[in-house]
Amino acid sequence: MTNTLWTTLALIGLGTAVGAQDSNSLSIEGESIVTEVAAPAHMENVDTIYSGWRFRSAETQALEMDDFDNPAFVFVEQGMDLWDKVDGAAGKACSSCHENIEDFAGLRTQLPRVDDGELVTMENLINECRTDRMEAEPWKWSKGKMTAMTGLIGVQSRGMPMNVAIDGDAAPFWEKGKELYYTRVGQLDMACSNCHEDNYGMMIRADHLSQGQINGFPTYRLKNAKLNSIHGRFKGCMKNIRATPFKEGGDEFKALELYLASRGQGLSVETPSVRN
Amino acid sequence: MASGVKPRVKVPKSAAAGEAITIKTLISHKMESGQRKDDDGNVIPRSIINRFTAEFNGENVIDVTLEPAISTNPYFQFEAIVPESGEFKFTWYDDDGSVYDTSKKIKVQ
Repeated sequence: MTNTLWTTLALIGLGTAVGAQDSNSLSIEGESIVTEVAAPAHMENVDTIYSGWRFRSAETQALEMDDFDNPAFVFVEQGMDLWDKVDGAAGKACSSCHENIEDFAGLRTQLPRVDDGELVTMENLINECRTDRMEAEPWKWSKGKMTAMTGLIGVQSRGMPMNVAIDGDAAPFWEKGKELYYTRVGQLDMACSNCHEDNYGMMIRADHLSQGQINGFPTYRLKNAKLNSIHGRFKGCMKNIRATPFKEGGDEFKALELYLASRGQGLSVETPSVRN
Repeated sequence: MASGVKPRVKVPKSAAAGEAITIKTLISHKMESGQRKDDDGNVIPRSIINRFTAEFNGENVIDVTLEPAISTNPYFQFEAIVPESGEFKFTWYDDDGSVYDTSKKIKVQ
C-alpha cells in the first residue's frame, strides 16, 4: 500500500514538472530572459532570486512571451508617438535631441543612479528633459504619458541584466532603502520583507507572493489594464498593509527603488512585463 | 473622436497557397459602454467601436458587430486561407463616425 502510494506521488510530481504549470524558462520574441539567478552577496536571507514572471499562472506568463499578445505594447507605441511629438516653449520633441531610441539600451539596468549627489530615477531624467530642455510641463509620476515613455525607454534594455551601482555615492541611499525595506509600518505592522523575503512562493489569499522584483517595470497589470510605475506599485503595497504611503517620486520611494533594484542584480530587464 | 486610437495587426509575411494563417488584430480604444456614470451622476455617453471588417484583395473575410459589453482594446484572432499573394485590409468603425484602417501584404510562395 505504502509503495503504491509513493509511486503515485512520484508520478504526480513528474506530471507537474512535465506539464509545467509554472513555466521556468522565458523567451520573448526569440530572446532568452534570465528569470532565476544566484542572489547578490548583500542579500543575507535569500539564496536565489526569481523574476515575478515565475510566480504567475501559465496564461499570464504566455502574454509576455509575444509582443503582439503583450497588451503593454499598446502603451509603448503611444510612447513612440510621444517621442516624436513637439511639446513646450522650446519647440522640441524627444527626437529633436535623441536621434535613436535604441541609444537608450542599457539605461534601464543602471537606474536609479546618483547624479550630482542626488538619487535620480528614469522619471526624474524624463521630467528634467521636459522642463529644462523642452520647456514643457513635467509629467505626473504614474500617469499614462510618463509610464508610456518609461516603458518605451525601458524596453530598449530588455534582456540585459540589472546592474545598479550601490557603492560610493549611492551607498547612503542604498542603506536608507534597505532600512525602509525592513521597517514595519502601518496598522498591520508589516515590512516589505515579511511578504517578499520571508514568504515568497506562498499564497496570500488568492495571490502568489513573489519576491517583489522590479526588473519588469513599468508593468501591465491585468487588474487595471494599464502600465503601472514602480512607485505606484509601492503605494499599492503600502495601502494593503494599512500604512500611509510615501509620496511618489519622494526620497523614500527612490531609495527603496534603488535597494530593490539591487536585490534583482543579474535578472534580465523584462520591461514591459505582464502581471496580474 | 476617441483619443489614442491605434490599430495593430499581425499577419505572417508569407504563406503557402491554401494555407490557413492566423491573424491577430487589436485596436486601442476605451470602449465606453454608455452604462457608466461620472462623479456627478451624469451618464458617460457610449463610445465604442461598433464594427470590424477584414478584406483580402477586396473580398470580405470577416465582418463583426461589436456590442457595448466588449472590453477596452478589443482583440480579434482568426484564421484565413490565402489563395494568392495580396493584401489584407482591416477596418474599424467608431460610434463617432471615425473609421480606422490598416493594411498588410502577404506573399504566397
